[in-house]
Formats: sequence, structure tokens, C-alpha cells
Amino acid sequence: MQLQSMYQDIILDHYRNPHGRGLREPFEAEVHHVNPTCGDEVTLRVHLDGDTLADVSYEGMGCSISQASVSAMYELVVGRPVTDALATGEHFMTLMQSKGDPSVAEKLEDELEDAVAFAGVSKYPARIKCALMSWMALKDASARALSATAPAGGENA
Amino acid sequence: MTQTVSRPGAGAQQVPLPLDVEAVRADFPILSRTVRDGKRLVYLDSGATSQKPRSVLDAERDFYETCNAAPHRGAHQLAEEATARYEGARATVAGFLGAPAEEIVFTRNSTEAINLVAYALSNAATAKEPAFRRYAVGQGDEIVVTEMEHHANLVPWQQLCERTGATLRWLGLTDDGRLDLSDLGTVVNERTRLVAVTQQSNILGTINPLGGIVARAREVGALVLVDGAQSVPHQPVDVTTLGADFLVFSGHKMLGPTGVGVLWGRYEVLDALPPFLTGGSMIEVVRMEGSTFMPPPQRFEAGVPMAAQVVGLGAAVEYLQRLGMASVQAHEEALTGYALARLAEIPGVTVIGPPDTVARGGAVSFTVDGIHPHDVGQVLDDLGVEVRVGHHCAWPVVRRYGVPATTRATFYVHTGYDDVDALADGIREAQRFFGVAQG
Repeated sequence: MQLQSMYQDIILDHYRNPHGRGLREPFEAEVHHVNPTCGDEVTLRVHLDGDTLADVSYEGMGCSISQASVSAMYELVVGRPVTDALATGEHFMTLMQSKGDPSVAEKLEDELEDAVAFAGVSKYPARIKCALMSWMALKDASARALSATAPAGGENA
Repeated sequence: MTQTVSRPGAGAQQVPLPLDVEAVRADFPILSRTVRDGKRLVYLDSGATSQKPRSVLDAERDFYETCNAAPHRGAHQLAEEATARYEGARATVAGFLGAPAEEIVFTRNSTEAINLVAYALSNAATAKEPAFRRYAVGQGDEIVVTEMEHHANLVPWQQLCERTGATLRWLGLTDDGRLDLSDLGTVVNERTRLVAVTQQSNILGTINPLGGIVARAREVGALVLVDGAQSVPHQPVDVTTLGADFLVFSGHKMLGPTGVGVLWGRYEVLDALPPFLTGGSMIEVVRMEGSTFMPPPQRFEAGVPMAAQVVGLGAAVEYLQRLGMASVQAHEEALTGYALARLAEIPGVTVIGPPDTVARGGAVSFTVDGIHPHDVGQVLDDLGVEVRVGHHCAWPVVRRYGVPATTRATFYVHTGYDDVDALADGIREAQRFFGVAQG
């Protein structure tokens, strides 16, 4: 029975009691991401305070993995600089590509906290995109929020 | 973990099955493998793609080993033999449908066959040859589909309308998973150029009453395209009584190889259509200034064809003919009735689609209260039960019934009552695992 390796208690807890769920004001960017193969959806808003993610709020529907992933992500990224949050997203991506290799999860434990529980998902290729959807939405929304709040005639002008 | 095993209730009748399941299973090499740590493979995803009997695999291999060459090219012996096998398969498929061989066009799959027709209808508007303009679609014209269609029989028509300025209209669905034909008389009208409708829903299992739709289309002079991707593999289909102008289906869903599908078209209609893909094989005379085209079916088969796969499809048709399509349909109907009864025993399970076997095929979609279909599918997979989860390429259908997705089991010639029992037990196991069991 391999199911428990994917459905860790931490994941099921996040699924049943999602953290930070609900769309809130204010926000600088809102994105809507779907997983076209299964129809899972997430709407995600980002509120910046300078370079810090002051709030990430979301609504979505989908499987336990996609919903638990966005909840765990909320806990990890709110209150942190955008660049740190996106770096954490890269670590999460590395975890999803680990094909269940325990040494990868071990190395990333500090950075990923609860989200390291998703290591078991990396053994199921069809489910990786469920876990990644919210992180993709965060990356997208952060980029939009940054460009929306960038002063006119910024460094790339 | 202890596995949940439940006994069927009084409502679930195991009537004798028309097909000898054990004998059929022995013909499918893949069914002897195990999955997920030694579990028996319970393959309930034939609706997505079917498994292949040994005779199909042998036919494909034999083509490559004995007579591989490009059909309809060259004058050497291998080319002659390859052409004979390719055209032999065309005759087999034609016989299966009650059609003349020249009405059978080989495509890559149903999707390509539908696109072939959709592009032919828009190409007709700009065709140099006046004879090819007869079915041209343009501004003011209407195309009719239904809300039940697979994306393959919806998106190409949306795109045709975008290219031509035509308007897309559709027939809706009733709460019990049937076509709502109450406004058929207005939706299909004098402006309608083509009605595209599925014969059997890939998600609801519904078998549609095509007679009334065809009759209405005839009244207004519209063409009818029937999506047979889920019907031709599972029930007898005879184009002489179907009344349609086009029928499309995929080889891989009917025990055949991937990469080969069929467009059947009434010859008179095919002959008035310009080509979709152009190039080698489909031309009559080519000059630098322009070219003329072969008659059907060659006009629609540009490039070297998927000959080995076509030969494999011919073997698949022969396999189905040996079983008998009436027996295949009766087999699946018995399994469907049993599955509906077994699912009805499980509190929290809701079937999306017709609740009984009347005008219904063997696609059984359902939801389980409190568990997302992906998670249901994951638990089933862990038990070796392979089903489809998601929107099944029919997103408007799941939206219509207010669910994000469903879990879908589909049955075929090798499915037995033990497979359905494994499904029912797996659903109860999922409920136990996620803590939502109600009884």
C-alpha cells in the first residue's frame, strides 16, 4: 500500500482545514490558473508591501493534493520577500522532480517545512501538476504585482 | 491495510454474460501483467483507449515483417502486397459498416476525421473548382452541435464558425443525461448547414436517438455528422440505416492500433468536398501552376498512409466480428446494469448520466461525496483498478451537471463481473481511506 506515502497526514490536514483560504482585499494582481487535463482551478491574489508578500489569498476547487498544496504554500510564503518565496517555489519544483528520492526531500526539509510532505506525490507523474498549480499561480501573480507596482520608468526603461 | 470486500445486494443481478470473459482475456497479452505491487490489472478505461488482442499486434508485426512498403506507390512486389493489405483492410472496415469501400477514408483518429470535414466546409468557400463549393459554409449559416459532445466534436466546429462567420448553436441536456430535443425544430432550421452529434456519450453513456435529429436535418437540407468514437466499438452500426452523411471513429478505441481512424462519408457528399490536407497520393495531375485531385477516398489521404496500423485495424474489426457486435453490446449492457446496481448500493455515490440501461452504453461516470475524483481514482489505482478521472474531454458536460469532474469506468469485451466488484470495493475503500464512509 503506497497510498499513505502520498496522502501524508499533513496533506490531509491542510486539505480538510485549509489555511488562508478566501479572496481578500487589497491586492495588486489576481490570476486564474486551471489544470486543463482535469479541470482543477485556482484563483489567487497577491498583495505586496514593498517587496514583501503581505498576503496571498485564494479560492479554488480541485483534488486533495492541489488544495493542500495551496494551503501549505500560503503558510510558507506570506510575510516573506517575493524573491525568497519564488526561491522556495523552485525548491518545491525540485522536490516534485525527485521521483520519490528521499535524499532530495531530506535536503529540502528546512526550506519547505510542511510542504516537504508532498515528496510522495513526486512518485505519481499524473499528480505532480496538481501540486504545482498553486506555485505556478503564485509565480505568475507575483510577476504581475511587481510590474503593476513598479515605478514608471523603472530600471528596464 | 485490510481490503474492503462487500457482497452484491439483491438488486445487482449477475445474468450470464454473452461473451466468455476468460477466453477473451486470454487474447489480450497486457491483461496478464500486474500493477501496483502485484495487483491484478482491472482495466476500466477502454473509453479512453482500448487494449489490443494478440491478433491485432500480430497483424501489424506481420505487415512489417513480410510486405512493408508504401501502398499505392511503386510497381515492385512488396508495394503490390502492401497495397493489397491496405485496401483489404479498407474493404473489411467498409463491410463492418455496410458501406462501399470507396466511402471509407483513413485518418489519424476521430479528431482528425472531424477536422477534415470542418476544414473541407470552409475550404469550399474559396475552392477554384465550382463543384467543390456546394457545401461551403459562410456568414449567416449555422452549425449545430450538442452540449454532450466530446471536445473533438465541439472545438473544430467552433473554429469553423470563427473562420467563416457562421454561428454555432447547440441542443442542451436534460437532468437525467439525455439530449433535450424540445427545441430541435428551432435550433435546426433553414440556416443549418451541418448537425454534428455523438451517437454514444463518452461521459454519460447515453445512446442518442439519432432518427429524429436526422429527419429534422433532412427537412432543412443540413448535413449530419455522427461521432461514433464511442458507438462503433460497442454496438452494431450500419450506415445504410443511420441516415447520416458522415460517421467518424478511432481505431484505438476498438481494439485497433493508435494512429488510425476512419471517416465514412456518403460518396456523393465526399465527392463534392475539397481536400483538407494536400500533397502526395491525393493528386491527379500536378503542374507548377496548379493541381487537380483524385476522387474520394484518395483525395483525403495525403502522404504515405499509416499502412501497418490500417492493417491492424482490419484485424481488430475481424476480431470484433468474430465476437459479434450484438453480443458485444449485450455483454456491456449486462455489465452496465450490474455496475449501476452496485454503485447504487454505496451511500454517497451519484451516477452522472442515465440511471438505467435503456438506450445506454457502458460508460459509467460518478461522483463520491466528500472525495475529489482524482483522489477516488488514486485509491482505485492503488488497488489495480484503472479508471479515468477528470472532465473526460467534455468540459461542458461536467459543468452542466455542476461537478468539477467525475470518475468514469468504461467496459469492454474483456470486462467481467469481477472487475465491477473490484470497482465497487475500491470506492468503499476510498471512502474509508478519506473518512467519509456512510454505511
